[in-house]
Amino acid sequence: MKFLPLIWAAMWRKRARTIFTILSVATAFLLFGMLQGVIGAFDKAVAGAAADRLTVTSKVSFTEPLPLGYLSQIESVPGVASATYLSWFGTYFQDRKNIVFSFPTEPRTYFAMYPEIKLTAAQFEALVRTRTGAVIGRELAKKYGWKVGSRVPLHSVIWTKPGGSSDWEFDIVGIFDGPANFAQSFYFNHDYFEEARSFGKGKVGWFIVKVQDPNRAGQVSSAIDTRFANSPDETKTQTEKEFTMSFFKQQGDINFIVRAILGAVFFTLLFLTGNTMMQAVRERIPELAVLKTLGFSDTGVLLLVLAESVLLCLVAAALGLALAAAIFPGLKDFIGAVALPGKVVALGIVIAVLLALVTGLPPAMRAKRLNIVDALAGR
Amino acid sequence: MTSIVSLKNVVKRYKRGKQNVEVLHGLNLEVPAGDFVALMGPSGSGKTTLLNLIGGLDQPTEGEVAVAGQRIDKLSGGALAKWRARNVGFIFQFYNLMPMLSAERNVELPLLLTSLSASRRKQNVRAALEIVSLSDRAKHKPGELSGGQQQRVAIARALVSDSTLLVCDEPTGDLDRNTADEIMELLRTLNRDRNKTIIMVTHDQKAADYASRELFMDKGTLVAADSRSAA
Repeated sequence: MKFLPLIWAAMWRKRARTIFTILSVATAFLLFGMLQGVIGAFDKAVAGAAADRLTVTSKVSFTEPLPLGYLSQIESVPGVASATYLSWFGTYFQDRKNIVFSFPTEPRTYFAMYPEIKLTAAQFEALVRTRTGAVIGRELAKKYGWKVGSRVPLHSVIWTKPGGSSDWEFDIVGIFDGPANFAQSFYFNHDYFEEARSFGKGKVGWFIVKVQDPNRAGQVSSAIDTRFANSPDETKTQTEKEFTMSFFKQQGDINFIVRAILGAVFFTLLFLTGNTMMQAVRERIPELAVLKTLGFSDTGVLLLVLAESVLLCLVAAALGLALAAAIFPGLKDFIGAVALPGKVVALGIVIAVLLALVTGLPPAMRAKRLNIVDALAGR
Repeated sequence: MTSIVSLKNVVKRYKRGKQNVEVLHGLNLEVPAGDFVALMGPSGSGKTTLLNLIGGLDQPTEGEVAVAGQRIDKLSGGALAKWRARNVGFIFQFYNLMPMLSAERNVELPLLLTSLSASRRKQNVRAALEIVSLSDRAKHKPGELSGGQQQRVAIARALVSDSTLLVCDEPTGDLDRNTADEIMELLRTLNRDRNKTIIMVTHDQKAADYASRELFMDKGTLVAADSRSAA
């Protein structure tokens, strides 16, 4: 600790250069924090997927609807315990940026399928009873100040009514608690959707199937797909985990994209930080020689330079990650997570230290090898 | 009087490109404890090389160098660094202070290598700055001080570890006459009142006049000595 003022002062020797370097490195760590955080949130969603639930979508694309008539056939496949269905309603509230994840479904089978969604019996009954009723996650309710009894207009970017209107009205009859990935969801009666939509009648987005034995999920999947093979609407059945992963992959191979971006950023940082440290040491050769003259050992001087590099990168990483942590909750509408995962912060700190060691080592070695007499003589 | 510095048959050769250049040729020197020696001679005569050997910044190619009773010519780099921290204070022509540190932080530098507590280090730094009459400039950075004040800070840094030997390389070379006299007066006081042994390289006869003894070097050998009572 007693060397900290010396290291800190050395780091700020060229104030402008240090500020710009810190800003560059901090920007990289901000990017790292955000992108890794998004991946972490996706991973969390995938990890939270149940092993005993399957998702049946069109073989062509999960955006392609399937006949509702498939439901009874799916239920009759050996190994299937129950089945339900959902459709993607594609809505926003008042402004395009206020996306609402809304789904028409059949309440009895859907909420039986997802016991982790905590809806009171009274609210469930109200949903079943009310044609335009909807139940919503607590986060969504908080976000727009919706309460039980609120009448909510949503604009669908997909579904129109016979008159051509895309505006749909709902009555909030329940607010539920549950896992974070349901906190922004909006469920309403499929019957209302079916009656009021101007096209696509008799079709649903996808089915969700509960299997009797999770160990037989693969066989049940194959049996369902075989049942609809060679039909106009062939199916693709996956576990909930596979489906979640493939959903995210619709956006591209996020992991690959993120790693490619971060790889390029950190590779550039190696040169930037390395150059800063090389310059910092080159300018300070007489000063480092004086430290050695005063009795600092070769190793001591090497450690001082390395410590300076570590301090620079840690300050910058802390700044970048703190910014990412501050901004991250703003993404909850899109990814559901509300806090930057701790392991992303820990990984960021490890990367910062590694970056510092890799970029600090060459100038530190140069400082270590410095010959006092030559350095003081300006040779 | 016992010698604090003893050099026997010291030879120093440097490699310059493909050539070996002999800078010191079998030099012998005894400096008694408490002496104030001015080392003079033309440029290239080997004065600074000799000073570097005495201060443990460099090692001889041949011969023996003993300072404060310890042979330092065979010490490893790490051992020599530790030895310098304990035994020698250095004063340079261009002060060689850390520009980003305040005067007190500069003076504290040698103490960072000791096990002294922060409060004890502060106390010693304050005492050293008091000796050079710069207590009121403790928080100032070198850029905010005059040349003479910077050299005083450098002297405080050399004193703070309480080493008995001070080696000075042209300590007044960058100062005007009046300031140079003030610095030399300070060095003489340290020699006389605090029993510091001082070995000083200088081209300035007026600075050399403050020493108790002048040694002249030419072409790598000591050619003459002139002793006098301290003025």
